[in-house]
Amino acid sequence: MLRDITLGQYYQADSVIHRLDPRVKLGTTILFIISLFVFDGFWGYLVAALFLAVVIKLSKVPFKFMVRGMKSIVFLLSITVIFNLFLTPGEPIVHIWKLTITQEGLKLAILLSIRLGFLIIGSSVMTLTTTPNQLTDGLEKMLRPLNKMKVPVHEIAMMMSIALRFIPILMEETDKIMKAQLARCADFDSGNLIKKAKSLVPLLVPLFISAFRRANDLAMAMEARCYRGGDHRTKMKPLHYEKRDYIAYMIVIVYLVGGIAAGKLMPVLLGSMIL
Amino acid sequence: MGIIKVKDLVYEYIRRDEEGNVEGITTAVDDVSLNINQGDFVAILGHNGSGKSTLAKHLNAILYPTEGTVWVDGKDTKDDEAVWDIRQTAGMVFQNPDNQIIGQIVEEDVGFGPENMGVPTKEIWERVEESLKAVGMYQFRKFSPNKLSGGQKQRVSIAGVIAMHPKCIVLDEPTAMLDPKGRKEVIRAVRALNDVEHITVILITHYMEEVIYADKVYVMDKGQITLQGTPREVFSEVERLKELRLDVPQVTLLAHELKKEGFPMPKGVLTNQEFVEAFARCIGEVG
Repeated sequence: MLRDITLGQYYQADSVIHRLDPRVKLGTTILFIISLFVFDGFWGYLVAALFLAVVIKLSKVPFKFMVRGMKSIVFLLSITVIFNLFLTPGEPIVHIWKLTITQEGLKLAILLSIRLGFLIIGSSVMTLTTTPNQLTDGLEKMLRPLNKMKVPVHEIAMMMSIALRFIPILMEETDKIMKAQLARCADFDSGNLIKKAKSLVPLLVPLFISAFRRANDLAMAMEARCYRGGDHRTKMKPLHYEKRDYIAYMIVIVYLVGGIAAGKLMPVLLGSMIL
Repeated sequence: MGIIKVKDLVYEYIRRDEEGNVEGITTAVDDVSLNINQGDFVAILGHNGSGKSTLAKHLNAILYPTEGTVWVDGKDTKDDEAVWDIRQTAGMVFQNPDNQIIGQIVEEDVGFGPENMGVPTKEIWERVEESLKAVGMYQFRKFSPNKLSGGQKQRVSIAGVIAMHPKCIVLDEPTAMLDPKGRKEVIRAVRALNDVEHITVILITHYMEEVIYADKVYVMDKGQITLQGTPREVFSEVERLKELRLDVPQVTLLAHELKKEGFPMPKGVLTNQEFVEAFARCIGEVG
């Protein structure tokens, strides 16, 4: 049933990660992505992997949900891996027909797939543990400073949350219009691509008209309830940093420092031990 | 002066062609005056295009009069400074429940009005709780509006208005898109608000059954008020209502027909109970 679709890919569970302030999660995700490009060497990535594993464990979201996000980039990933593998100049290892795999190419390909994989899993941890609503709230509060640069932050956040509210309604409406057109012998399925695209016109035109009508009604209803932009508003559910949020920030900093240090120090340390 | 006072109100819709030239002028509301007292339950009746919705939108300062004046709680709606006070005093509930719910969770939607008014967070929660309880939707506070029935959504919309603590609620055909069960739910909630919380209710509708509980009924046609009075007075005018293409409640119609056939029935019978009693008396007298 169209009514029951969930937006985004939020996974309901009761965990520390779920309860964290959305700003912490947004910030951490961005820092984590940056860290993947700052860290180098095996040890740095080991730290990143450990960090990710602990966060996933804490979030109580089954691991298969994280991997689901990977499917969408398998194609992209394999192309980049193949190009890196064969086209990087350097010390050759294997010759297959006219193609050569070099040592540097192999290294680069592995590095890249680790980076991309961690990136996707890391950001799906965020979207799986944060509702779209919290995300919009978090973004609004985080981007508040941009208000001084005349960026309408509140308006953008309001538009996002209204869009989220209306997606299921418009989907239901699409379904209704589609059935109404099918009942009058409209054909949405046969023919080539151009014909199929053309057959969408009788679906899209009424949908757009109805969407505009709804927008008009909604604007009136919002004005009737004293909506006048973000300036005088208070929040029903204001975002407050709590102890756990500060702790989370600290852990992230420790992780960043630890990762960089591990990348730089471990090889030296190991080297001296061998010697 | 009452909570709402309308004097000589005229509103014209101006139709323009693509170049912006005036194509025609439709007078939607034509010289209407009325006075509504605090605590009243007022119904405004009329068929489609009678100007009743246009009139309603004036009471909330969504439309401004072309001529004449509208005062809400002593404030002129043309006064730009007073517009937010007016919208807070006279809350409005619209026809389509889907198009007036802004929040993605019931309680967030009810909190939207108070948020806009700048009410402190703690008080917002109190207001949300009390208004959801007033319409009997408190157990649904964590639901997504998409999972509610039409009647429930409309009750959430009403709660959203009550949370702003208005003195008066204008309901613009709140039941037009609902099934009979949803209609009953909504009307029951509205009557409770009027009886218990003493909020002035202005109900715009074309369902006669919803009108019989009102203190005063106005009937509109072609932008003018053609009939007014208590429901009993208005429904006594069965022939006049038929001319205006309005139905009367079935019992009222039956009593009217019986009276025409020579039975000594009283005028303006409104409920089944009244009908039964009057008819019993009738038979007693005749037989």
